[in-house]
Amino acid sequence: MAAEYALQMVNIEKYFGRVCALRNVNIAIGSNEIVGLIGDNGAGKSTMVKVLTGVHRPTSGDMYIAGRKVDPRRYSVKRAHEYGIETVYQDKSLGEKQVLWRNFFIGRQVTLPFGFINVKKEKEIAQEIMLNTIGFRGRGITVDSKVSKLSGGERQGVAIGRAMHFEAELIVLDEPTVALSLKEVRKVLDFVHQIKVGGKACIYISHTITDVYEVADRFIVMDRGEIVGDIRKEDTSLQELDQYLLSYSHGLRDRAE
Amino acid sequence: MTQIRSFIRAFSKIEGVAVAGVLALLYVVFIMTSPEVFTKPRIYTSFMQTISPQLIIGLALTFVITAGEIDLSFPAVVALGGFMFVWAYNHIDGAMGPWIGLALALLVGAGIGWINGIMVAHLGVPSIMATLAAQFFWYGVTILVADGKSIALTGIRDEPIYEVFVGRIQGILPDQRGVPVGLPAQAVWALAMTIFMWFILNRHKFGEAVMFIGDNPDVARVMGINVEATRVQLFVMMGVMAAFAGVILTLDINVFFPTQGEGYLLPVMAAVFIGGTSIAGGVGVIVGTFFGAYIIGSLEAGVVASGISGYWVQLVKGLVMGASIILNILLGEGRIAGYSEKLRQWGVPMGGSSGSSYGGGNGGDRASIPEAPPPDAA
Repeated sequence: MAAEYALQMVNIEKYFGRVCALRNVNIAIGSNEIVGLIGDNGAGKSTMVKVLTGVHRPTSGDMYIAGRKVDPRRYSVKRAHEYGIETVYQDKSLGEKQVLWRNFFIGRQVTLPFGFINVKKEKEIAQEIMLNTIGFRGRGITVDSKVSKLSGGERQGVAIGRAMHFEAELIVLDEPTVALSLKEVRKVLDFVHQIKVGGKACIYISHTITDVYEVADRFIVMDRGEIVGDIRKEDTSLQELDQYLLSYSHGLRDRAE
Repeated sequence: MTQIRSFIRAFSKIEGVAVAGVLALLYVVFIMTSPEVFTKPRIYTSFMQTISPQLIIGLALTFVITAGEIDLSFPAVVALGGFMFVWAYNHIDGAMGPWIGLALALLVGAGIGWINGIMVAHLGVPSIMATLAAQFFWYGVTILVADGKSIALTGIRDEPIYEVFVGRIQGILPDQRGVPVGLPAQAVWALAMTIFMWFILNRHKFGEAVMFIGDNPDVARVMGINVEATRVQLFVMMGVMAAFAGVILTLDINVFFPTQGEGYLLPVMAAVFIGGTSIAGGVGVIVGTFFGAYIIGSLEAGVVASGISGYWVQLVKGLVMGASIILNILLGEGRIAGYSEKLRQWGVPMGGSSGSSYGGGNGGDRASIPEAPPPDAA
């Protein structure tokens, strides 16, 4: 586990039919690094996340997780979980009509023989995660509550708690704070700080530059499927970063490229 | 007071309790209006006989609807499955004939389900269209291969398969006027399958995958569920169970006819919806489907036996279905709990000891209603 990088992508390309979604993407994420991934809508952030979490298969290029080369043909969400990559999405991390304990274990159930679920065990562990990792106390929420009863922040708490429980080496947060109140955004940011303290890596995607600036060690800027900027936090200020991004969204850099 | 309330709350959470209540109420009404029919066992064995194939299909349809899909092609599978069984029985000599027929029927059901599944999961055809087309096509195939004729199963009553699936189990039910009344074997099969399918839906990885897919396929996908494969398996299961129901029906009435299963489409769907399974997907209630099938299957005979004109049957069906679904929604959304919350606000006293579950929360922004002092303080 002493690998220098949690994740490396080398010349990753992704086409949907003839549409190029990712072009020549090269990234290396340190094993204890928080990277802010920023860019406008359609810049390719989500596609990149889906490639690295096994939802989409890259058209070409290589990927290394914790220094080990990944076979793209056999890579899947399950495989990504095994490699310790966990993802928290804005809105599609949890099944809303399902009870909490099912949501903790969906896709990697604790099973008895013949694929039956060990409900008792799953509920015990879910209870443990809720109390110790997420810190849900009182509030009338139990492992048998349905997700639809939870607030947006609580939902992200569940998804993040799940990622922590499964000992993720790299946690990807894809717009985790959209539709959250300020107080709940605070909780999510505190969690990202926790990842750093815990010695793990994180890719944090958000439109809110102030949030990204607070938590990240480094910023990777994407535009139209390509990586156009890679800036360390000590080399920039919040204002400079903001200006830099605005120049992209106004298309001022088109000619320079 | 609190105990009663929490008892009611816990009771209402038991799966299918609302529909079971509707069924019980229905039978109480029937017993009052026509006691000479509904206090004897025979009417109930007759229900078990006719309802079982519908219940078996309903169990599979519960899974399909839970996954956010629909299947309109099962009537054709009931017909073609029945035909395959009869064909093998009449063409293959020896003791194995009917068993090969059963296997053939299930295989054809699986095949039709697989094609449905491929169309829905891999070609992206909405299931309502894919299976509607399948219904016409396979019904048409059945008419062609059967040459539009019904076929009798002579001598099937002497075969062991008859006893196994639709025989009468003696010695369980009370006699009726000295004549023994046997329990239809298909009802036992249907009950066993209900229990089995409950475990598959609620306690197996497959059932959990079905629920998450119905809830939100994108969530299911990013959580590592193979959405496409699960959908295909779902339709295969649906086909197999519809074909099995077809074999049971054919065995039970000793004859195959090409339009068998035609009348099943709406009652089976009604049974699933009465049971509390949501058309929106994500939630499936197997126990509800069980009682729902018995509600729908009992209404016609019950209404007629009550001495009301048969013209009322459809109206009563609609009424009962509507009432059941409303009851399910009221219980399912936890509105009963909402009402008791209202009662509390209106000052209906409630016991102590519930402080823990309501304390803590973000009380600050509520208008300050003076809180009653804890009981010990008095």
